[in-house]
Amino acid sequence: MNTNNKPASRKLLGFLGNNAVPIMFILIIVICLPMSGFSTTFLLNEIVTRLSRNAFLILSLLIPIMAGMGLNFGMTLGAMAAEIALIFTSDWQIWGIPGIVLAMIMSIPISAVLGLVCGKLLNAAKGREMITSYIISFFMNGVYQLVVLYMMGSIIPIIHNNIKLPRGYGVRASVDLTRIRKSLDNVLAVNIAGVKIPVMTLLIIAAMCLIIVWFRRTKLGQDMRAVGQDMEVARASGIDVERTRIISIVISTVLAGLGMVIYLQNMGDMATYSSHSQIGMFCIAALLVGGASVDRASIGNVFLGVILFHTMFILAPRAGAVITGNEVIGEYFRVFVSYGVITVALVMYETKKRRAKAGMGAQLEAAQREEEGR
Amino acid sequence: MSNQAPLLELKNIKKDFFGNQVLEDINLTLKAGEVLGLVGENGAGKSTLMKILFGMTEIRDTGGYGGDVLLNGQKVSFNSPFDALEAGIGMVHQEFSLIPGFTATDNILLNREPQKKSAVSEVFGDRLNTLDRREMKRLSEEAIEKMGVRIEGSMQISDMPVGHKQFTEIARELSKEQLRLLILDEPTAVLTEQEAEALLDSIRGMSKRGIAVIFITHRLQEILNVCDKVAVMRDGVLVKDVPAAETNVTEITRWMVGRNVEGMAEDQRQAVGGEVVMSIRKLWVDMPGEIVRNVNLDVRRGEILGIGGLAGQGKLGIPNGVMGLYPAGGSVTFDGAQIPLNQPRKCLDSQLAFVSEDRRGVGLLLDESLEWNIAFPAMQIHGRFLKSKLGGAVKWRDDRAIREVTAKYIDELQIKCTSSKQKAKELSGGNQQKVCLAKAFALEPKFLFVSEPTRGIDVGAKALVLEALEKFNREKGITIVMISSELEELRQICDRIAIVSGGRIAGILPASCSSEEFGALMVSSVV
Repeated sequence: MNTNNKPASRKLLGFLGNNAVPIMFILIIVICLPMSGFSTTFLLNEIVTRLSRNAFLILSLLIPIMAGMGLNFGMTLGAMAAEIALIFTSDWQIWGIPGIVLAMIMSIPISAVLGLVCGKLLNAAKGREMITSYIISFFMNGVYQLVVLYMMGSIIPIIHNNIKLPRGYGVRASVDLTRIRKSLDNVLAVNIAGVKIPVMTLLIIAAMCLIIVWFRRTKLGQDMRAVGQDMEVARASGIDVERTRIISIVISTVLAGLGMVIYLQNMGDMATYSSHSQIGMFCIAALLVGGASVDRASIGNVFLGVILFHTMFILAPRAGAVITGNEVIGEYFRVFVSYGVITVALVMYETKKRRAKAGMGAQLEAAQREEEGR
Repeated sequence: MSNQAPLLELKNIKKDFFGNQVLEDINLTLKAGEVLGLVGENGAGKSTLMKILFGMTEIRDTGGYGGDVLLNGQKVSFNSPFDALEAGIGMVHQEFSLIPGFTATDNILLNREPQKKSAVSEVFGDRLNTLDRREMKRLSEEAIEKMGVRIEGSMQISDMPVGHKQFTEIARELSKEQLRLLILDEPTAVLTEQEAEALLDSIRGMSKRGIAVIFITHRLQEILNVCDKVAVMRDGVLVKDVPAAETNVTEITRWMVGRNVEGMAEDQRQAVGGEVVMSIRKLWVDMPGEIVRNVNLDVRRGEILGIGGLAGQGKLGIPNGVMGLYPAGGSVTFDGAQIPLNQPRKCLDSQLAFVSEDRRGVGLLLDESLEWNIAFPAMQIHGRFLKSKLGGAVKWRDDRAIREVTAKYIDELQIKCTSSKQKAKELSGGNQQKVCLAKAFALEPKFLFVSEPTRGIDVGAKALVLEALEKFNREKGITIVMISSELEELRQICDRIAIVSGGRIAGILPASCSSEEFGALMVSSVV
């Protein structure tokens, strides 16, 4: 067949269609970039900071996707576990690297228990994991508030008054983490042309990537992929489907807990009642911006997503200010866009499936017309 | 001596489902390396017998079975299919049990992957062992080699033609070291003729290696070609168990149905020279696995037109495309009016009807009663079986009319059921097919597409279905287009037969032509 140009153009269209979300973002960035007037050094600094802050959290989303459980809002639970752990370490005044390590260790059992509960609930709601995990995160937020707002200081001992609310129990709306701020990022940090590279944090993220690559090649990883693609077939071959799914959620929740500690040590300040509720949404948005879908996500998607999503975050308020003279518009714009991305990506996931079907028909019609032309 | 005991021995196997006896005193023996062909009409008890043998849990859940299963002279009782696998029994089911995004190799060794230990797995358990990819490749190639049919180990299942999926499943069973008995449940139903031939060779190979095979199929010639002996079941009883060499297709058919099915009316039909009622022009249909390219076809009023061809060549795509079930393009005119494509409702409004080959998916409302199944489309499309109240503002279902019409078709098509309220999913395949036909007849169409009306149903039901179609055509003058993979049945009732090959019409011949002529057309442009 002498139709070399046709498949090429179609291939290009296919590529554009498959990567519509990342391409949209690149376009927004290209438009906003000159308007913002930021220097390259500033931008690079911001991007590297945000990459090291968020990448680990987003990596925690990969394993449930592999197990066919979609985008797991259950990571919010891990974030809560990390916050509880950090409240304790702050109250005990264990700062710096020891504080971070202790918080990580303490978050693990809490995350694991929450993950177990979440996994069991999700097993009862197969096929609707995403919305179920989203609602579970709201429900668990209530439990978290009960613990942090009422039990801490009354039942659970909290020593220091700068953490406790003035009424004598409950934790303040903001916990000061200044003394562990960037203590992980500063280990081995180097400065290249004005851009500060948090080498240790990036090494941890790199190690996590390697672990995920290795994990895919383990028996458990293979089982998760099998379960993710067809639960019934996996079950018939003797794989314990329920258990495998629970393990994937527990791993994800525990990793999210560790990631949240990394995130908060970079921020240096913790909004006790809201840090966790946004983090799930932003991580999932970033992953989708990176080109992932409900059933397919790679490490590459994570990094591309973090970079694009956060570059947009940095640029949008300033671009908004330039265009409308009002920073708030830009702020509004970036929240609007992040929800928009999730919606678009979810809808596209379905339309893509449908279009894949329709494509074949168009091909047939074209072949037929060509045949008549001859 | 124990090693003289046959590999498998079934003694007085009995099974009832809540008092309904489905198996009675089945006695059967099978030696190592022997190939047994198991035949019987649908509902004869073949599947139940295999389920007992394979330890399916539904047998235990419904009260277990009577009699003994002996393997190598030892009495066994399986609690689950995993016990049966352990004991060396493998089964390839009709439905594919494969992970679509995995390669053939991954599927062949699913959950039995060779693994390498590592420091991490010592601490956290065996599930963190890494997979030994090289060994996996070796084992899967070995299994494919054993099977004797070449399939690509690194090919992803979702990219495979349907036959290769079947072979992947067989290779999976063969890769199990302990395999001594393989049950193949209608494995050739989805295969092309060449693939089926390859499978038969493969069965011969297995038998040489000492693996016994139980081969269930409706294609009797295959049984005679490959099996050492034939077991015929009818109504839960093993009616015959004879060496394959001592029998023939007619005899087996007679045992199966318990009556003589020969002497079917082979009267020469007068050629229908009527006007063209449907003309199809430049039709393409994107039906996965059954793609149609540039088809032009004229159907004459009052005829039965057959469409035949090998599996996967596109014969199924034609009715599915015209009726709007799969994306299609081109033009179709019926009775002088253009029929818009991709809009099933428009076709039905123009009084076309379609009996789909996908009985359970498209054809039936499985969880609804026969009455509903038969009356629903007529109610929906033509507003029949409805009573208008309040001057047409409210419409009530006319249950009595529905019951009457259902009773009429149950009687006419001899649908075996407990009552017209029975759920469609509880019927056997043949009876489900009859319900599908009744449903289409109840629409009182002018034109009927019937796709694979006899696929997977037994000889007795087959004859009835064909008879009903012929009668519908003769008595009511309804034009019928029948699609079937079985040339013989097309030749039995059709006036003309179009052969599809490579998605195109390779030629149209009168039914009286020889099978060689049809055969030549079938393979003319196979893709």
